[in-house]
Amino acid sequence: MSPSERACALLTRWVVERMPAEAAAWFHTQLAAVASAIEEKPLYLALGWAPRRLGKADLRLSPAELAEAAALRPGFDPIDWSVDQAARVALVLASFDGDPQRFKERLETLFRTADIGETIAFYRGLPLYPAAELLVARAREGARSAMRPVFEAVAHRNPYPKERFDEHAWNHLVLKALFIGTTLDPIQGLDERANPRLARMLCDYAHERWAAGRPVSPELWRCVGPHADDAALEDLARVLETGSGEERKAAALALASCPRPEARALLARYPELEGPIARGEIRWAAFAQG
Amino acid sequence: MYLDSHTHMISRTTDDYERMAAAGVVACIEPAFWLGQPRTHVGTYIDYLSMICGFERFRAGQFGLRHYCTVGLNPKEANNEELAEAVMEILPRYALKEGVVAIGEIGYDEQTELEDRYFRRQLELAKELGLPVMIHTPHRDKKKGTLRSMDVVREHGLDPSWVVIDHNNEETVQAVLDRGFWAAFSIYPFTKMGNERMVEIVRRFGAERIFCDSACDWGISDPLAVPKTAELMRRAGIPEEQIRKVTYANPLEAYGKSGQIKEEDWLNPPPVDQRLLYMGNSILRGGQEPRIEAKTTGLGEDLRIA
Repeated sequence: MSPSERACALLTRWVVERMPAEAAAWFHTQLAAVASAIEEKPLYLALGWAPRRLGKADLRLSPAELAEAAALRPGFDPIDWSVDQAARVALVLASFDGDPQRFKERLETLFRTADIGETIAFYRGLPLYPAAELLVARAREGARSAMRPVFEAVAHRNPYPKERFDEHAWNHLVLKALFIGTTLDPIQGLDERANPRLARMLCDYAHERWAAGRPVSPELWRCVGPHADDAALEDLARVLETGSGEERKAAALALASCPRPEARALLARYPELEGPIARGEIRWAAFAQG
Repeated sequence: MYLDSHTHMISRTTDDYERMAAAGVVACIEPAFWLGQPRTHVGTYIDYLSMICGFERFRAGQFGLRHYCTVGLNPKEANNEELAEAVMEILPRYALKEGVVAIGEIGYDEQTELEDRYFRRQLELAKELGLPVMIHTPHRDKKKGTLRSMDVVREHGLDPSWVVIDHNNEETVQAVLDRGFWAAFSIYPFTKMGNERMVEIVRRFGAERIFCDSACDWGISDPLAVPKTAELMRRAGIPEEQIRKVTYANPLEAYGKSGQIKEEDWLNPPPVDQRLLYMGNSILRGGQEPRIEAKTTGLGEDLRIA
């Protein structure tokens, strides 16, 4: 089996195991129709009917099933997928006829006429699609969305951006996440893809927020720490002096991730934070907002 | 608790959403129509339909309103044959989107041949997909246009209880009720119905198969028309049960036949919806009837719309 066939088979099994016999049979019929279709209509109709016939309940994958997901493809994390999302991605995968360019064009057309639920499902499917290299522009489009759940479908628990986005696109994804008030922690590759330009953009953004009297997410400092320049260290010092309890913890964590001796020296001035960090008692995941 | 079954929220501001929510409007339906001027390309139609199935839905959710829509080729733009043909081709792709509660607004504007052709083809589409229909009745030559719309619906074998005739007035309502259709009234200043007239309609005809909407859009119109009319009816001594039908229960029953709009959507939204689409009104959570403290919240002193 090809990777996309294996992905389709796994999603199908998860869906079918949660369905009464009649709905399961309906789904199998649709997959077969889509796979053998010459025109696009069976796919559109099946995508439209999927939530009506199969429901929108959470998949609630077992630990064993989550392990299957990780084995299928590194970074694939469907922990919060719903039944209709899995079904829709399976249908899209079933339409792949071996021609990557045609698949890309079909997916583009689907996105162009998608409702919110479909849009979210299609973006969540990004790590499973064939021809991943052809889908970068589409993924970047999603990472510019003003609709938070759509943005999160690309950005959260999705290995695609860290694997395919260039530095510019990556940096804007992180900035956009902060801008629309979502959390950074579920973004895969957040630490490994930190870079000096992003650190600078984020410090500039923090200054904008301070000038406007608006709060700065403690998570912002996570991508600043490893690449902090002198100005960034000044910003972190300012947070340690004047920030809230959460902000100070985040600034201290950022300093702990910075290789520069100046950062170590600064952190050493706050033993009440340095100690718990050294013992692993303060972690970035704790700053993730609901 | 009100349902405004005809709103073009794409033309309204966030202030409107806030005021509607404060006045007790829990859900609204956005029928596809023109935009005050006709579109000239199918591409703009695609983006429009995606907008009312997508971003507008999301936007409403931020203010605690549930948003639904209808899709269709409106009669004004049906007169552009090239556009109309292209739109007919893409409509089936939208008709099964989540929250699409009917095919509409369709019907007549000038009652031309082209309008007639695309009206009929869309009635067939509604029949094929099992969707209700929202009919826009013409402003000019209204009475004849309304009767003709109903004749054509009958000719195509649709059940009148699945079809809403909108923009009624005193001259059309009797015929619509007699033939078993839903009779909707758009409370819209200057060109359609005033709400003092609406009170009289309910007094005269009762509340069976009758409901009102705001049809608020880019023109001078009032997104609070439904709650204001309800309050006016209340002051005029119309029984609460009738007010509920005219401003909530009837449109819910009519468009509910699509299976895409249910009271639970706002009384007890499923977790998936709450996570993705619906972030507003916490008083509506947990399956309880929302308590609107003052019935006139945000409505102002003068309730009349003439």
